[in-house]
Amino acid sequence: MKTVSSLLDDHWHERYKKISRLSIRSSIYDVTNRCNLRCKGCFFFSSDEHMVAPEEMDIHEWEAFVDREIARGVNLAILIGGEPTLCLDRVEAFYKRLPTFCATNGLIRVPRDRFPNMMVGISLWGDETDELVLRGKDAFSISSKNYAGDPYAYYLYTVTPKQIGKTERIIRKIRDAGLKVHLQLLSNDEGVSGFTWTAQELADIQDEMDAMLDAYPDTMISSKYYHKIITTGKMQGRSFGWMECPSVTQPLDRRNPVPKRLINFIRWASDLKTMHRCCTSETRDCTTCKDGAAHMSWVMVNKRAHMGSTKDLQNWIEVYEMFAKLYQFLPW
Amino acid sequence: MYTSEGTELNRIILDIAEIMIHELKLEDVSPETFDPDIDLVDEVGIDSMDLATVALVLRDRYAVRIDEDDYPKLVTLRLISQYVFERLSAKG
Repeated sequence: MKTVSSLLDDHWHERYKKISRLSIRSSIYDVTNRCNLRCKGCFFFSSDEHMVAPEEMDIHEWEAFVDREIARGVNLAILIGGEPTLCLDRVEAFYKRLPTFCATNGLIRVPRDRFPNMMVGISLWGDETDELVLRGKDAFSISSKNYAGDPYAYYLYTVTPKQIGKTERIIRKIRDAGLKVHLQLLSNDEGVSGFTWTAQELADIQDEMDAMLDAYPDTMISSKYYHKIITTGKMQGRSFGWMECPSVTQPLDRRNPVPKRLINFIRWASDLKTMHRCCTSETRDCTTCKDGAAHMSWVMVNKRAHMGSTKDLQNWIEVYEMFAKLYQFLPW
Repeated sequence: MYTSEGTELNRIILDIAEIMIHELKLEDVSPETFDPDIDLVDEVGIDSMDLATVALVLRDRYAVRIDEDDYPKLVTLRLISQYVFERLSAKG
């Protein structure tokens, strides 16, 4: 039987032991149905998820809900929206109770006197031109001022096909703002012209992401194996899709056989009663889904599938470490 | 009836080893060569979903329910087997 210690030298085994018992139990929460941007390709609005359920308005209900989530075993709250910073009291209900990550477009600065070490992921959809086309605003110029030098913030840079050959300039801008960046790929949910990936474009961006990681290892939070997985949609000869996705809301998961999945994962709507099917859009074609967290989780829940060789297990460790850093289970 | 605790525990260890090998598709190991003291998380790479899979089979086989809160304690085949053995013994 192949064992971890038979595959890893002491250095890698130490890295493995730091993550092997983390037992991350995440769930995702729509904090609000409202946003101060309307981005083309934002799954929340393109699939009408903002209209699924009315927001719970009573902050005491939010606080009681978070307590129930903790009792359910959740140890990582991932806050999305809408724009969570429009409802900081709800964000605080999570932050005061359990490890919390907040996704934001960065237009409103999270007040650090109230949320001193909450990890913030700032969405970025490309350069100034792409941001204007997709979001109607150059959000980076605002968010980079709001969060410059913040040790608990990083950019979630959603790369589009238009960005091939242009990512380095943006990564430099992020580095120069004293921030870090994690790359993911646009799933063109609204079919915006020119923003759907071709096979060649995916191969090209994989090469570019690898080169950026080599050139900016202190700025990029990533791994080459993640680049491979997210661009090819393949892992250990298997294809990403509905029957493989780990990020399906558990009480709604009727798949048979049930794949390796996130334990007790739920994505909650902002009425705190309605559950969404998965971490992203219900209307998205799972075979072309490029959701970064889902692909990371896909690797993470398939540890033993990565015990065929030393390199496979090292790849698994790097992806797990990346996730753990992005959500503060490991320091940068 | 158990002939002796040690014999019965060894039988359970072999039985659960076989379940784990089958359910988790472990290769290059047999119930007889499965080290009952090897760390299932740190060495074999088993995670909580794997344990949940095994726990379901054990529930059917032994009518013993493993509480999810107990998973972190059950890090070896021997500890899982002792857990099952103790609950079987308590049932008489």
